Amino acid sequence: MQKYMRWSGMLVVLMLILAACQSGDGGSSSEPSAGESDPPASQGGGGAADCDADEFGCIELAEGDPIVIGTALVLTGANETLGLDSQYGAQVANELRPEIAGHEVEFNFQDDGCSTEGGTAAARALVSEENIAGVIGTSCSSAGIPAAEILSAEGIMLVSASNTAPSLTAPDTHEAFYARTAHNDSIQGAAMAQFVCEVLGLTTAATIDDGSAYADQLAAVFAAEFPSQCDGSITAEEAVTVGQTDFTGVLENIAADSPEFLYFPIFVAEGALITQQARETSGLDDTALGGADGILTPDWIAAAGSAANGTYLSGPDLAFSGDFYADEFLPAYTDVSGESEPISVFHAHAFDAYNMLADAIEAAAFTDGGTTYIPRSALRDAFFATSGYEGITGTLTCDENGDCADAKISVSEVQDGDFVRIWPEE
Amino acid sequence: MRGRRIRFNLVNLFLWLLGGGLLAFAAFGSFLTLVEGRIQPSQWQSLVIAGIALGSVYALIALGYTLVYGILFMINFAHGEVFMWGAFTAFFAATALNDAGLMVSNPVLAFFLVLATSMLVSMLVAIMLERIAYRPLRGAPRLVPLITAIGASLFLQYTARGFYGSGVRAYPDYTLFDGTISIGFLSLSVKQAVVILAAVGLMLALYVFINRTRTGRAMRAVSEDKDVAAMMGINVDRIIVTTFAIGGLLAGAAGILYTLIFNQVLFFMGFLPGIKAFTAAVLGGIGNVIGAALGGLILGVVEQLGPNLFLSGYGVPSPNQLKDVIAFSVLVLVLIFRPSGLLGRKENT
Repeated sequence: MQKYMRWSGMLVVLMLILAACQSGDGGSSSEPSAGESDPPASQGGGGAADCDADEFGCIELAEGDPIVIGTALVLTGANETLGLDSQYGAQVANELRPEIAGHEVEFNFQDDGCSTEGGTAAARALVSEENIAGVIGTSCSSAGIPAAEILSAEGIMLVSASNTAPSLTAPDTHEAFYARTAHNDSIQGAAMAQFVCEVLGLTTAATIDDGSAYADQLAAVFAAEFPSQCDGSITAEEAVTVGQTDFTGVLENIAADSPEFLYFPIFVAEGALITQQARETSGLDDTALGGADGILTPDWIAAAGSAANGTYLSGPDLAFSGDFYADEFLPAYTDVSGESEPISVFHAHAFDAYNMLADAIEAAAFTDGGTTYIPRSALRDAFFATSGYEGITGTLTCDENGDCADAKISVSEVQDGDFVRIWPEE
Repeated sequence: MRGRRIRFNLVNLFLWLLGGGLLAFAAFGSFLTLVEGRIQPSQWQSLVIAGIALGSVYALIALGYTLVYGILFMINFAHGEVFMWGAFTAFFAATALNDAGLMVSNPVLAFFLVLATSMLVSMLVAIMLERIAYRPLRGAPRLVPLITAIGASLFLQYTARGFYGSGVRAYPDYTLFDGTISIGFLSLSVKQAVVILAAVGLMLALYVFINRTRTGRAMRAVSEDKDVAAMMGINVDRIIVTTFAIGGLLAGAAGILYTLIFNQVLFFMGFLPGIKAFTAAVLGGIGNVIGAALGGLILGVVEQLGPNLFLSGYGVPSPNQLKDVIAFSVLVLVLIFRPSGLLGRKENT
């Protein structure tokens, strides 16, 4: 009995300590925030009212404070070129426009890991950054889904330069603060189906996805479009797992129906292995191979080696009109990145995303007593109101679900270890 | 007492029903697939050969797990990383030799140089692992070295990542092993033949080493009883280091054979093959050398053949995504019917 008394006594003490800690935390964190929010309320009547009216409050920047733009891009792993490329695009935009609404821009770079977990972690890290004005990201659609949810719950704009999965901007699943400058894969999948039908003249195809949001949805769009475009038929819709290295089973299963075209819109590591192993599979000797923008990077060619030659890849069309891209953007990109040429294909989209975000911030911001206030909902409305914006990637207009891209898809063929743009004709 | 016995029997009954059900499911699925006849005999054959090639790599790694377990009764979870370091070394050695032109002028010598360096580096990593991470904890409870092993595994992974970056690196092509050979009705790529032959050769060498040499006998003695072996004048520490070194050598060889098939290296590449090889070791009966080899081969073949044979007959969409499910179901099945593995020693259970 005494023993139990002692235990319960200890428990009570523990709980008291815990309670004390919590209230201590609460006290210390509430004090400064009260200190911060009080002066504006007393100083500027109009500003504070706007901020109070805004569901998500305001970003408040004292004079001389930096304005923080977050990024959530894939910076490590096999797909790092995809994220780094977008990051360089945003940095180039930042060099040309270092200040937004009179405040110097400071980046907070996070890694989306090209995965659901990575996207969640990056979004949580960015949410904890006080006064974050907006986020450019994510690189991969699977990371974008949780990130959009987390950031939208806090009223933080997330603008992606390379998410392409249709579900991100589908009316049912769109998160309020999510937008993108990359094309929607309902366009890319249809374009690829059209290319395979009209240019290659093939009528049977198989698809492989890796279970990620991007690959799953893009393969599904292709599989839905291909039969309707040219009486084509889909022989198999296979799936693999991320991290898998041996695809003999999948490829032999597909080879049993000997399709004329094999479409695998997946990522670099698995994409390279499938390319190599498909070339060695006897039933796929005459099968044309095709992928999408997930592997449209020199890294994939390096990983696949000579097997990459002859593969068709769809992706954003980088034959931009206007001289800005070639004359100013690319030299600046080289300076920022130290790379001789772009390492992936979404740098221009990131450049446009940065500038559109900056424009929206400036449209929503107002100054009161030296402090800049940016109401978050107003920022979102300003962004979604973007119409006829002239960016590198074209003329961008956002719809109510966050699709802003002026989507142009091109197809490249790998010839002698290089991407050669072959369709559509310029 | 009586109630407990009934429950025990119920559990057993359930397990047997589960096992029997899985077997019947697989058998009926195979029947459907074969009747459907969509997949050609030549394709089945290439699936089996690919399975054997992959299985021999699993087997080489599994030997490292099983050897260490046989002697220390600990699971060296960092062994997958020893394999990864072997693969990375092979990558750098091959790239260097490729740049030096040796891969073109004397490809056979180049291959053996790469093999030797990667085996040596893996051996060194394994020895360091034992010396730094495990030996200080020799007397500790069994859970402690297990946690250390996981820590060491992460350390080795992220050291490789720090040194070499997190991207995928492609291997230079060994033109030496291009092409296919056919023996009778069998046809397999030269790469697969090299992998299978090299693995079988190494396993035979290991078998002879364990059964025919003094050190091998000492290893068996230590595995029987460490204390008695020490009393017989065997230097137990040295035998343990030797065991790790042999495991490392085999893992290094597995590393280069793996990259020979798959052509790329990644700092995380040791994880999945490590888990698979551990599964193979358990499947064959952990602690048993022949069991590990057998387990590796079975796992490799089942992984390749299973989804297409068992599932495609049922019309399961994208059956190959489930290949790991099948591989691990085989493990469960074997453990239901033979809890100590296929060739496991009864007293270990």
